[in-house]
Amino acid sequence: MMTQVQKASFWRILSAFALMLVLLAISGTLRAHEGERHELHKAESVVNPRSDYWRQVREGVQGYTAVKGQETNVLIQGGGQNWRRLRNGPIASYGGVLLGVVVFALGAFYLWRGQVKLSQPRSGETLVRWTLAERVLHWYTALLFIFLAITGLSLLYGRALLIPLVGHKAFSVYAEIAKLLHNFIGPLFIVGLLLMFVAWVRDNLPSRIDIDWLRAFGGMVGDRHPSAGRMNAGEKMWFWLLASGGLVVSVSGLLLDFPNFGQERWLLQLSHLIHVVFALVLMAGALGHIYIGTIGTEGALEGIVRGRVDKSWAIQHHDLWCEQLAADESGSSVPDRPPLPETSHIAS
Amino acid sequence: MARMKFLCDEERCIECNACVTACKNEHEVPWGVNRRRVITLDDGLPGEKTISVACMHCSDAPCQAVCPVDCFYTTEDGVVLHDKDLCIGCGYCFYACPFGAPQYPQDGAFGARGKMDKCTFCAGGPEQDHSEEEFKKYGRNRLAEGKLPLCAEMCSTKALLAGDADMVADIFRERVVRRAGNDNPDLQRQPQGKPWGWETAYKEG
Ligand code: HEM
Ligand code: SF4
Ligand code: SF4
Repeated sequence: MMTQVQKASFWRILSAFALMLVLLAISGTLRAHEGERHELHKAESVVNPRSDYWRQVREGVQGYTAVKGQETNVLIQGGGQNWRRLRNGPIASYGGVLLGVVVFALGAFYLWRGQVKLSQPRSGETLVRWTLAERVLHWYTALLFIFLAITGLSLLYGRALLIPLVGHKAFSVYAEIAKLLHNFIGPLFIVGLLLMFVAWVRDNLPSRIDIDWLRAFGGMVGDRHPSAGRMNAGEKMWFWLLASGGLVVSVSGLLLDFPNFGQERWLLQLSHLIHVVFALVLMAGALGHIYIGTIGTEGALEGIVRGRVDKSWAIQHHDLWCEQLAADESGSSVPDRPPLPETSHIAS
Repeated sequence: MARMKFLCDEERCIECNACVTACKNEHEVPWGVNRRRVITLDDGLPGEKTISVACMHCSDAPCQAVCPVDCFYTTEDGVVLHDKDLCIGCGYCFYACPFGAPQYPQDGAFGARGKMDKCTFCAGGPEQDHSEEEFKKYGRNRLAEGKLPLCAEMCSTKALLAGDADMVADIFRERVVRRAGNDNPDLQRQPQGKPWGWETAYKEG
């Protein structure tokens, strides 16, 4: 039993299939005829050695030139063709789709699940979750990331999206600034990334409870509140995605940023493709991170803004971390944990 | 409407580099940039070939397809030009171009690229024809003077041809037929041997 729509598309597929068969049959007969003609010609023609020669040149063979400079002795480089087709084709289109789908999915999830509320009322007692240094580091890196994403996306999609709106002149002025900012912010972002790695890597080492946390979808779905230490499995996944993706984006970015070390075109093209793909993946991840950290979870944002979280929130989302804090306070510190920030009790 | 094309006849080019020099001089091209270059393949080996190359003014230009600020345009004559006022020096056209035509004067530290520069088919740029501005940014506009590109005009062996694609093709076709190409079995069978080409000039073997 098919619906009207299904029926219509079924017939469309069937007719497209039939058309394909007809075309194949026609081209088959044509090719058979061509074959005969080739047979006739074969006897009298010789293979032109020049076509092979120029085919090789097409693959980027090097010659001699009196003009000084990098790669000036290459007549034709074929890599640009692949680079252009990948960048303008699948990368630009699937990249846009990826970001669109993530935004849509997060929106849909929010409508379905709503905010993950505090299960217990606020206790009024707060714990220090992020030190000032950690918060500064987080926002430094986050802001630079957002700048990099906006300026980078402007180069990738500005021609299609912004030029029709603001015109060539205005967009060019903006794009020039965007490029400059991207090129300068890039290295500064790498510094933040490295510091963040050093600061938080110990908290993000995988542990057995992460599996249980993931099975329960981190309490995002259903009412279970899986256990977690200072970082839960979701935060750890984002940490490692950012660390590895960040490394790739940084290395490829530096190769593009400073083209005066003799990088040849193939390397620039490859770096560029890798850079854009990983940048898009990181942007998708960042959207999820931002969602969970803001409207997705009640009480999460205040931790990274003001440094303190309510004890109820901490017990709900990071119970093991809470226990650890309590243990540290009572002096029975577990040796393999880093010294944790002090707790404080504020009467509300 | 004309569709301007370059064609370099590799059987005629003698690697004198005069086209490179003429271009550089005519347009007062920035330091470190050569809009045209001459490349010898299999240099010093039997059958070596020399060819002069610059922007080929592609009909479906890759540079144009990737420019993030969309600063390329194709003139009525089929010449691919760009607007340096819009260019942001990103390097994408240089990644995309098969012929290494787009080049950059270094602008600032760490190899930062300046405004892209490339062969204009001696057709200037978007500025007023023959204006000071146009000359400064793009070089002379010979097409507007009714002249063809200087590189081809002064080529001593007429290896480098420039002009309407149909006419260039006609000239080349006629040459190929008359020259008795090495690959034409009819002419190779003639008693005087091959009248043209590297093998004849240097008596290979
Ligand atoms: C995670 C942060 C980053 C994001 C989201 C990002 C994103 C992007 C995007 C979308 C593009 C444009 C690609 C195109 O138009 O096809 C781009 C280009 C580029 N990125 Fe990044 N990028 C990031 C980090 C970096 C870093 C750390 C560096 C350098 C150290 C860097 C250097 C570059 C360079 C040099 C380009 C070429 C831009 C040009 O000169 O026109 N990027 N990036
Ligand atoms: S710059 Fe390169 S890609 Fe652009 S028209 Fe010239 S030859 Fe073609
Ligand atoms: S270097 Fe200039 S002309 Fe070339 S793609 Fe970038 S903005 Fe366009």
